[in-house]
Amino acid sequence: MEPSAYLLLSGILFGIGVVGVVVRKNALIILMSVEIMLNGVNVAFIAVGSHLGDATGSVFAFMVMTVAAAEAAVGLAILIAIFRLKETVDITELSVLKW
Amino acid sequence: MVSGVLDFLWLVPALPLLGVILNGAVALFAERPLLLAEESHAPAPYRKLVAFIGPAVVGGAFVVALLSMLELAARSAHDRLFVQVLFPWIEAGGFSAAAALQLDPLSSVMILVVTGVGFLIHVYSVGYMSHEKAFARYFVYLNLFTFAMLILVLGSNYLLMFVGWEGVGLCSYLLIGYWYEKKSASDAGKKAFIVNRIGDFGFILGLFLLFWTFGTVNYTEVFARIPLLSASGTLTPAIATAITLLFFLGAVGKSAQIPLYVWLPDAMEGPTPVSALIHAATMVTAGVYMVARSNALYLLSPVSMGVVAAVGAATAIFSATIGITQNDIKRVLAYSTVSQLGYMFLACGVGAFTAGIFHLMTHAFFKALLFLGSGSVIHALSGEQDMRKMGSLKKHLPITFTTMFIATLAIAGIPGLSGFFSKDEILWKAFSSVHGHLILWAIGTLAAGVTAFYMFRLVFMTFFGESRMEPQVEKHVHESPYSMTVPLMLLAVLSVVGGWVGIPAVLGGYNYFEAWLAPVFGHGAEGAAAHGGGHAPVALELGLMAGSVAVALCGIGLAWYLYRVRTGKPKEIAEAMPGLYDVVLNKYYVDEIYDILIVRRIRDGSVWLWQAFDAMFIDGIVNGVAAVVRGAGDAVRRLQTGMVGNYAFSLLLGAVFIVGYILIR
Repeated sequence: MEPSAYLLLSGILFGIGVVGVVVRKNALIILMSVEIMLNGVNVAFIAVGSHLGDATGSVFAFMVMTVAAAEAAVGLAILIAIFRLKETVDITELSVLKW
Repeated sequence: MVSGVLDFLWLVPALPLLGVILNGAVALFAERPLLLAEESHAPAPYRKLVAFIGPAVVGGAFVVALLSMLELAARSAHDRLFVQVLFPWIEAGGFSAAAALQLDPLSSVMILVVTGVGFLIHVYSVGYMSHEKAFARYFVYLNLFTFAMLILVLGSNYLLMFVGWEGVGLCSYLLIGYWYEKKSASDAGKKAFIVNRIGDFGFILGLFLLFWTFGTVNYTEVFARIPLLSASGTLTPAIATAITLLFFLGAVGKSAQIPLYVWLPDAMEGPTPVSALIHAATMVTAGVYMVARSNALYLLSPVSMGVVAAVGAATAIFSATIGITQNDIKRVLAYSTVSQLGYMFLACGVGAFTAGIFHLMTHAFFKALLFLGSGSVIHALSGEQDMRKMGSLKKHLPITFTTMFIATLAIAGIPGLSGFFSKDEILWKAFSSVHGHLILWAIGTLAAGVTAFYMFRLVFMTFFGESRMEPQVEKHVHESPYSMTVPLMLLAVLSVVGGWVGIPAVLGGYNYFEAWLAPVFGHGAEGAAAHGGGHAPVALELGLMAGSVAVALCGIGLAWYLYRVRTGKPKEIAEAMPGLYDVVLNKYYVDEIYDILIVRRIRDGSVWLWQAFDAMFIDGIVNGVAAVVRGAGDAVRRLQTGMVGNYAFSLLLGAVFIVGYILIR
């Protein structure tokens, strides 16, 4: 099985995620974009793993999903805390770490 | 090692140390709280204890020293060397120095002088210092000083001598600055310490050079290796000259010779018994002792011998002339001490080490007596030291007058008294020794005349004539208590008989002193000089002797004429040549010259170092580094925008760079 199509899909997903992280101002959207990046990588793992007949790729994908779930939980919790404090999730207004 | 009494030699320094500990405990735990509280002036009960311990430990040390000397004398002349190793002190590689005491004829004379005269001064101090509040502190210093001095003269190696050397330096600072509330006293203490430090610098360099050359610092080993190392070429005359001149620099500082004598006259700020102990009997003689101890080294270097003799002679005449014009009774004695120390170095410089040590001993007797006598005068006059405000004290202070008069006769060189024999031996050796010179003899004789003049000037101004005392002072004039007069009387006896151990053969006596010290000095030119002296015409020696007595009598006569017969004359003379008189009165402006040439130069240099080097260069480096870091921080902190998007973007850029790098590579 030729993995190039899957890898292309993976690259596209990753690229969408990157653009989302860089250009969007809403922290919730940025978190979602990070999830898209992670899933793009997952596609690549599974495709290459299947191509090589090696289960390690799939195992890694599960691993990434687990971490992503935890990351999403922590990230959302932080967002809620920030929102309660600042009444906004616009990252341009969250610049207290400035010099 | 069974040696009887000698096994207890360690007690000699240990007893004063015990006194330091006991008196120190009293001073710390009983006296200090009392002084800090500044409560009643009632005599504290511990005073009697201190007044007993202080002199008793030194007296005990004297007894042990005397017994040890007798034990030593019982041995045959070549066996008179006893070394007691207390404990190994420094063992480092090839270097080893033990804390060991060495008793030989030379050190036995020294410990007897130190403990004997020191004991009398301790007893005297009990009376003299009875009005002082810090009584225990005084005796702690005094005992500590005695301990350090005994270590200096008893140590069996140069390093231990250096320890004692520094110890007496420290104690002189403490004792001169005893009245530290008085600025002049604490200044004088500092001056003594700093000037001594210059000399110590020479001593320690000489010590390094000595160890580098000989590989050891023990006296016996050093002197034993001299012939071998000279033969093998390791010990060239140049090295011997360097070592001895460096040592002599130390001696010049400690024994107050030109050019480092300036601290001693100022040191008169200390209590008078301290002047007697430090500046007459013990510490200042350390330099003479060191030169005499190193006689085998000095004899290797004619240059050093010449320097020692020249410096000694120059100091003898130079400070004697200053003594003429001084009006402070203690300052006259101070310059007299400097002058007499010059004699001792003159003796060492012409190879007459025995005569130098002989004069050291007799000088310790009569100069300690003079200082203590002047202290008695000052005590009687409630602290007055200006001789212009004294006079006619003969009838008020009969014991003080009699004893001081004897000492004055002794220092003036009147035949039969101790000073005559020792001074005359020095002058004779300066004339007859192979190292001697006619000029040295002439200077010495002239200085003897000047000495007789200024000493009798002191006596006439103080004890004779009309009273010039302040009325309220005159009412309280009283003879001193027995604790002060008894030491005076004992020292007076010593001043008379002390010279009888060294009556020259030409006067029909036998020089026991020379025979006693022969094992230490015998291997040098001393023997040759004595040999040559034996061949010199007896008439010449007697003639020179008569000459020096005549010069001394001239000095006395002149003093009699100027200060008893024509009392207005000194003032006329002073007014007739104001320039010269002022120069001498102001001590040749040496202090001022040192101030301009050295002190201010150093201070200016320090100011330059502070302002130009430290403030600009060193601080510039430190501040420059800080400024660079701060500037860099200022520039770079702009990157911290606080915008999450920017961080995410730079993260992306970084990732792209890394991936790009891997791909392109």
